[in-house]
Amino acid sequence: MGSALGHSLALALPFVVVLGFWLAAMADRRRRTTPAPGFFQRNGPVIGTYLIVAVGLWAIVIIALPLISMVELSFRPKLPPLQMGGPRDLYTLDNYRYFLFGSATDTSHWNVTHLHAFVLTIVASVLVTAFDFAFCYPLAFFMAQVARPARLRILLLMLIAPYWINEVLRAFAFRVIFGSYGVLNRALLGLGLVHDPVDFIGLDIAMYAGLAYAYLLLMVFPLYNAIENLDRSQIEAARDLGAPWWRIHRDVVIPFAKPGIASGCTLVFMLTSGALAAPLILGGPRTLWFTPIVYDRFYQAFNWPQGSAYALVLLLTCVVFVLAVLRATRLSLGQITR
Amino acid sequence: MTADVELDAVTVRFGSFTAVEDARLRIAPGEFFSFLGPSGCGKTTILRAISGFVAPTEGQVRIGGRDMAGIGPNRRPTALIFQSLALFPMMSVADNVGYGLRVRGVPRRARREAVDRLLHLVALGDQGAKRVDELSGGQRQRVAIARALAVEPQVLLLDEPLSALDLKLRQHMRRELRDIQRRVGLTFIYITHDQGEALTMSDRIAVMNQGRIEQVGDGREVYERPLTAFVAGFVGESNALAGRVLATADGQASIETALGVLRGRNPTGLAAGDAATLFVRPEALEPGAVALDNQCEAMVGDMAFEGSVTHVSLLAGATPLMAALSRQAPPQRGERVTLGFAARDAVVLAPARG
Repeated sequence: MGSALGHSLALALPFVVVLGFWLAAMADRRRRTTPAPGFFQRNGPVIGTYLIVAVGLWAIVIIALPLISMVELSFRPKLPPLQMGGPRDLYTLDNYRYFLFGSATDTSHWNVTHLHAFVLTIVASVLVTAFDFAFCYPLAFFMAQVARPARLRILLLMLIAPYWINEVLRAFAFRVIFGSYGVLNRALLGLGLVHDPVDFIGLDIAMYAGLAYAYLLLMVFPLYNAIENLDRSQIEAARDLGAPWWRIHRDVVIPFAKPGIASGCTLVFMLTSGALAAPLILGGPRTLWFTPIVYDRFYQAFNWPQGSAYALVLLLTCVVFVLAVLRATRLSLGQITR
Repeated sequence: MTADVELDAVTVRFGSFTAVEDARLRIAPGEFFSFLGPSGCGKTTILRAISGFVAPTEGQVRIGGRDMAGIGPNRRPTALIFQSLALFPMMSVADNVGYGLRVRGVPRRARREAVDRLLHLVALGDQGAKRVDELSGGQRQRVAIARALAVEPQVLLLDEPLSALDLKLRQHMRRELRDIQRRVGLTFIYITHDQGEALTMSDRIAVMNQGRIEQVGDGREVYERPLTAFVAGFVGESNALAGRVLATADGQASIETALGVLRGRNPTGLAAGDAATLFVRPEALEPGAVALDNQCEAMVGDMAFEGSVTHVSLLAGATPLMAALSRQAPPQRGERVTLGFAARDAVVLAPARG
């Protein structure tokens, strides 16, 4: 069984790494005079072995095995432990059928609640991504092309410092800001702009703000990196040739920063659609974000196969999104992961 | 259409640093004018003030008689060719050249005609579809020129555009630039630290140092009749002999130096008692020419044969001298020679500032 193997491997991981280190050290001590060719020659036997072992473990234990076991699990029925591996443990599409129709057998009604949450999550994630881009592009441009070094350092610190705090605590901070008698409402009431407190949480404004804020840095830094590499004289050349400011951005800066934009957008989209803390803590009572539903499949319904199927649907949607972005921007995967 | 450029008491300060101080000059329509100076002398700042990227702290920039204050670089009748060329890497050659027309809303057909014409002008007629990074250095250079000419500027500004090229190509592009300038008849304002470029291409040169324009004149004037110690030292090679003026007469000054009393022209009217430096070109020094106004004894050191000339290092007492011999038979190393030079070939100037 994939998951059991995964668990035991994960537990064994520290020992394997220590053992690998020790073996490499022994080998290095013994064979100092005989140079190994290629990869080992460049990195030395200790580091070379470590790199291979570490990358191999990373790829197998952390990426491949869980994914394989999840795919496998998603096609199996939920059974009591005693019946696992028994005659009823057959591959089935029930879990996916449940996602679409709310029942493993009846296909006459759509699973409106879950489908609605799924579509909402995807659409909202796209909007959050778009908002983050609109917000971060001017900021990144300012940081990369306009700001002096001293001001840039302060700005970077202001951007990064809040992220030293745990994601869950940051979400609670947004509750404090957006609560019925939170900072924002008290300010609005104090200024006389509203008479009754605005229900930011019930209206989901708090949740969207929290989601937009949660992965802001992952938009800022790819953009900043890309724009910083742009030779300033290109901007000046466009200006000198008569381009107004918006055309300079459209024709020169954005095409140049395209890999950074694509990488920022895919990162933010994937993390937003998979976000858990902000929707759980800031979501209003009526909001159904998709990730808490997946979470509930696992830990409330204790239906791991169904949870796996739900998670896989989300994962595939993200992959499709990334491919669509790459297609739209005519970039290769290598260019945006630089 | 071409226009003149006037700098009227232009001063540019960045905080407490004065990049350009009180620059005054008029560049005639259709002139090839160069600003020559070492890096940091303020020549690029002048160019940026003309193109509109820098606003003068004081004074006026006038192009075609019109004050340019408050007019941005995108609305001035100038086009700038950048040191890095700043071609747009994500556009084709033709799109680069046509960009200025595109932002002006020129329709596609007219744009294509203009681009074709310009690409032919710079001998890149069949390269329009290529990407910029598929071109050689010299070709890229010509794309930058075509792109700047496309917007039909009245003044073309060039910021050391040849500095990235290798020597052979640079010399070729000098001729080509001059040629293009004659054909289009525009005012070219050229920035360089390379005196060879400035001397070979320009109608007139402004030599700059520490934010000031030291001298304006054609190449021969600046080379043969420098008016400041900086110009004498920066443009071409010079032997500099420091001393003090003893007497002046007939536009000449006698100066007491480590090599004795020497005589040279006195274009700035130095008076007896002034601290001064005598400059004499290496090619003006003649071994064995005892009939000339100035004489000094020197010992021959290293020699470097460079084809048309031989550079000879000499030591007169403790003072090193350079002579450039073209026709004369070179002396022997270690030989003592008498060097002579005419007073009209030497110039006595106040010592350099700073």
